[in-house]
Amino acid sequence: MSRPPKLLWTRSRDFRALPFQVSDVPPAGWTALGTLLAEGKITLLGLWAEAPGVAMALYDPATRRVAVTRVRSRRGAVPSIGASHPPAQRLERAAADLTGLRFENAPDPRPWLDHGRWDIAHPLAGGAPHPGQPPYAFLPVKGESLHQVPVGPVHAGTIEPGHFRFTAQGETVVRLEERLGYVHKGIERLMQGADLARGAELAGRVSGDSTVAYAWAFAQAAEAALEIEVPARAFFLRGIMAELERLANHLGDFGAICNDAAFSMMLAQASVLREEVLRAASDCFGHRFMRDRIVPGGVTADLSAEGASRLRALLDRIRDRFPVLVDLYDNTASLLDRTVGTGWLSPTLAGQFGAGGFVGRASGRDYDTRRDLRYAPYDMVQVEVAGRKEGDVNARVWIRIKEVEHSLGLITQMLNTLPAGPILAEPVSLGETRSGLGLVEGFRGDILAWLSLDADGRIARCHMRDPSWFQWPLLEAVIEGNIIADFPLCNKSFNCSYSGHDL
Amino acid sequence: MELIGNLLLQGVQMFLVLVLAPGLTGLVRKAKARLTRRRGASVLQPYRDLWRLMQKEVILADNASWLFRVSPYMIVAATWVAASLVPTFAIGLEFSWTADFIAIVALLGSARFFLALAGMDVGTSFGGIGSSREMMIGAFAEPAMLLVVFTVSLVAGSTQLSNVVAFMQSDAVGVRVSLAMALVALVIVALAENARIPVDNPATHLELTMVHEAMVLEYSGRHLAMIELAASLKLLLYVALIGAIFLPFGIGPAGTGFAGLAAGLVFFLVKLVGGGLLLAVLETSVAKMRVFRVAEFLGAALMLGLLGTLLLFVSRSL
Repeated sequence: MSRPPKLLWTRSRDFRALPFQVSDVPPAGWTALGTLLAEGKITLLGLWAEAPGVAMALYDPATRRVAVTRVRSRRGAVPSIGASHPPAQRLERAAADLTGLRFENAPDPRPWLDHGRWDIAHPLAGGAPHPGQPPYAFLPVKGESLHQVPVGPVHAGTIEPGHFRFTAQGETVVRLEERLGYVHKGIERLMQGADLARGAELAGRVSGDSTVAYAWAFAQAAEAALEIEVPARAFFLRGIMAELERLANHLGDFGAICNDAAFSMMLAQASVLREEVLRAASDCFGHRFMRDRIVPGGVTADLSAEGASRLRALLDRIRDRFPVLVDLYDNTASLLDRTVGTGWLSPTLAGQFGAGGFVGRASGRDYDTRRDLRYAPYDMVQVEVAGRKEGDVNARVWIRIKEVEHSLGLITQMLNTLPAGPILAEPVSLGETRSGLGLVEGFRGDILAWLSLDADGRIARCHMRDPSWFQWPLLEAVIEGNIIADFPLCNKSFNCSYSGHDL
Repeated sequence: MELIGNLLLQGVQMFLVLVLAPGLTGLVRKAKARLTRRRGASVLQPYRDLWRLMQKEVILADNASWLFRVSPYMIVAATWVAASLVPTFAIGLEFSWTADFIAIVALLGSARFFLALAGMDVGTSFGGIGSSREMMIGAFAEPAMLLVVFTVSLVAGSTQLSNVVAFMQSDAVGVRVSLAMALVALVIVALAENARIPVDNPATHLELTMVHEAMVLEYSGRHLAMIELAASLKLLLYVALIGAIFLPFGIGPAGTGFAGLAAGLVFFLVKLVGGGLLLAVLETSVAKMRVFRVAEFLGAALMLGLLGTLLLFVSRSL
């Protein structure tokens, strides 16, 4: 057992303004970090392949600092973190699919994103013609009177594709195994060699419902790498957009969760509010989802005086309407009967996986990037973080309700203190290789963007890690012991991203 | 000559339920849409859907047996016969001697039997889930229904619906606690039998939560049309049944003449619209219950039916 290596831990205000200093570690140190992760002393933020090896982003909750560390591969192999720390397993499987790296002692060597349907194998490592692949082996199940229920990848509702393999005993789920990767878009490959403008566009298309958060994370990484001074007004406008996005998604989720318990009234009412948010966004920023509005250096759409009053009117309207819906939720016994106690996520698992967003916060993981790894403009406003300990569907609904209220407050604060001035600073290439890290709180949780630029200012490597990477595996754990008919409810309360995960 | 007239009237009754059934489904959907701030499809949409489905080709699974192909017709036939036995606008029709309460329960039971078999026939996992849930619901709903039958029949002194309705229209009924219990029990059974919220959700797209819809997932074309029609007929049957027993106004005897029959028809339509609107309001105001809660829900109906029956004996022996 070797001692964990010394890493360069960086404070939020430093890594947001300056290029990130990567700590290189030897394979033994890498394995020791895996042990440290497994002990729960530090949290895994992300793991990705980057020549000439594998990189990993870590968070130390005690000091609120972040480190990025890298290990070189030897003969195409690196030690597996997943062997000691399960949250890394799918990240490693995806990295293996994309680059052909081997992870020594990996407990699950099956492919993850690569379903054998790509024209090329290992797209990030040259991309030779795909040799084909044996059929995917689902985990074997043995036992009395078990039956399997395969669901998807194409579902009856208009949602994204993903395959769920249930093993059930009667109505009770014994195991759920997910298979994802159906919406792989090759974004990491497309990023390679792209310029910053193109990269920002791609980042905004990783997951459509979080386009603001993704573009922001990418912009943060680029701004840190190139040490760009972003105008203050741009920060506030970004904050307003991000909170509008959070509002729209939480309102939509709130209705959709209730609708999965066949309470269509809530979906109807919440959808009206969500639509009003989107229309206000369209009026103020020129796009319903505010896509391509955040770019490295600032924002491309300014908020006019009319826009600001339009937003204030929207906030008043939601403050007026939303409590009625919350009361309806809280007073409908038949609805609470479905949500309370359903889909329980243990705080231990939430902590181990570093679950972000409402998934973690409903299970006692008190973490919010906006507060714990502060970035502008959240360092200039009062940020509240909702928290519950119950970890059931009801708790996840209540976190959303609280966050809607907090977002309303945040937008008001930002509108009140919106500084005047320019909104965009042109990024300038510095003629050397640079790396930057971006961490943004999207509505699902913390989105990580890692960006390496070459001397021409083009993207050498960009990895974007969706919060769903650490939430999808928890969904498998949550549904165990519940009945099959409650899966849609649990699933909607997680609302993980397929697109952001499959990249 | 009289026989021909009576047969004609019976024919009208059979035709009437068939024609009105999709309209009632359309009405419930429309009302639900309006209640959830949607415009909703026209009330006539179910007719258009049936017409469209009849035109479409049938896609059969490779391993579908004769049972899968025959079931839709068995289901629609059994449900149709059951629905046309329930007095709608007139009693004492030509075939009313066959309109036995227990026969209706048996006919619906047969339809359920075929539907559950058909759900399992192709061997998809959803069909199996749906069938097993449906049989669980049936196992609780049918005894409850029979106890309702017993209560009502003991009060009226007959299991023949025509006689029951005639008795209910007379002054001999009075105020009876047993009948109130039977009404509540019958409403619960009706909700479960028709796959409505809170037992099942007819509008859901979530395969994992379906009961009725899961069994019919593999059906298409005219087969699906038959099953949709049977579902509409069943809904109409229960609304008509509740209306006939507990709100027997306006149902005239067969020989009452044209004006009486027309009035009966109007009353029947009013009852259907009222029942449909009430159902829509109920469905928008509660969430669906957990699958295993259904047993408790229907258990309540069973106990109410049982209590109603027992109360009758208690009150008689005093």
